[in-house]
Amino acid sequence: MICLARLAVIVLMAGIFAAFGAETGRIPADQLAKAATSDSISIPTPGELFAALEKSGKINWAGQYRGPIPMTYRNRPQIALNLGGLIADGFIAVEAKDGQQVKNIGSDIVKLAKALGVSEKLLSRGNSINEFAENSEWDTLQEELEATQNEVKSSMQSHADQDLVILVTLGGWIRGTQVVTSAILQNYDELAAKVLRQPALVHFMQSKINEISPELRNEPLIKDVSDQLGKIEKLVSFPPGKTPDVEEVRKVNEAVNKMMGEIESKEAPQ
Amino acid sequence: MNRSLLVPLSVIVFGVSVTTRGDTDAEVQARKDALDVAAAFSNDGFKIRDGHWCGIVKPHDHSLVAVNLYAGNEYWFSASATEPAKKIAVSVYDETGKKVTTESYDNGEKAAAGFAPPSSGEYLVSVDLLEGEQSSFCLVYSYK
Repeated sequence: MICLARLAVIVLMAGIFAAFGAETGRIPADQLAKAATSDSISIPTPGELFAALEKSGKINWAGQYRGPIPMTYRNRPQIALNLGGLIADGFIAVEAKDGQQVKNIGSDIVKLAKALGVSEKLLSRGNSINEFAENSEWDTLQEELEATQNEVKSSMQSHADQDLVILVTLGGWIRGTQVVTSAILQNYDELAAKVLRQPALVHFMQSKINEISPELRNEPLIKDVSDQLGKIEKLVSFPPGKTPDVEEVRKVNEAVNKMMGEIESKEAPQ
Repeated sequence: MNRSLLVPLSVIVFGVSVTTRGDTDAEVQARKDALDVAAAFSNDGFKIRDGHWCGIVKPHDHSLVAVNLYAGNEYWFSASATEPAKKIAVSVYDETGKKVTTESYDNGEKAAAGFAPPSSGEYLVSVDLLEGEQSSFCLVYSYK
């Protein structure tokens, strides 16, 4: 009898709790955990990141260019990571409104995509990028870069290269974060520093890497990148509302610089 | 954000978008309608993401997707459902599950929520069926 009474109280409390949740507009934790995630909508583009950074003031985008990277990688995961990085470079050149740089990067994107066997449709994308760059159509160029990235991923999926898709995304995020942290360090601003809080995003990418084939996951470069991603997740896990200070930004910058160095290097870690 | 821009546009052909393999006809239609809603915000400087999330809305259920947003940006999440849905709503929740205050646009089976996150990080976007029966929906988002 006492047990039944306890059960009734528990059921009643649960009902009150559920009603309270509904009234205050709170989603229960179990439903939150079931929220869908999707590469195409849960992961922001470099363009979104740069748009947020620019709200803090004028950014010297051309000052964020890097030297040319090798086009002769033989390791497919490394090509995928660098392809993502190059697409982020394209967004930087668009922000800098630098038509020639956009064209150079567009040409490199097609070269690396060819090395992965995903270039057929991309050739026409490359032509469009050139045309838009010549006509200074910056907004359209940004859309074209995003579409190019999606087309690379879609082509990978249809060629049973699903595992490489997350590496393209990851390469873009690493390069984007390298540029953003570097720009913030050059001219620290609290609003700009706020963009670095992305623990769930890094966790999502880490979990996607954990889902790729063991063979690919055990590649030295991927293993290393995955290990470092775990460290970066801690570095970008600021409490909500907390703005990272200069030293915290510097730590993230150093970590992504190290990763980017290994991704670009012709001699990936052994 | 200018609500006067929320006049439905006729047709939008968003040339760079790619239809996801496996989307049903209903989802394709829902996506086209969601892009129509999002197109209104483009006039106000919002760029539409070349990505979408389609699924099924059911009565008394949240269709939730995680998004990662940046403080400093403004966002509009636009959704549309097909018949027999009659009325849907789009809401945004923070990472703890607390509903955040948004601007909203509601027009029967089309709806949108506008939001400027105070903090960067993960948010959850919910598409809810308020009237009608289970149906397909699609969500797109735009930012500036």
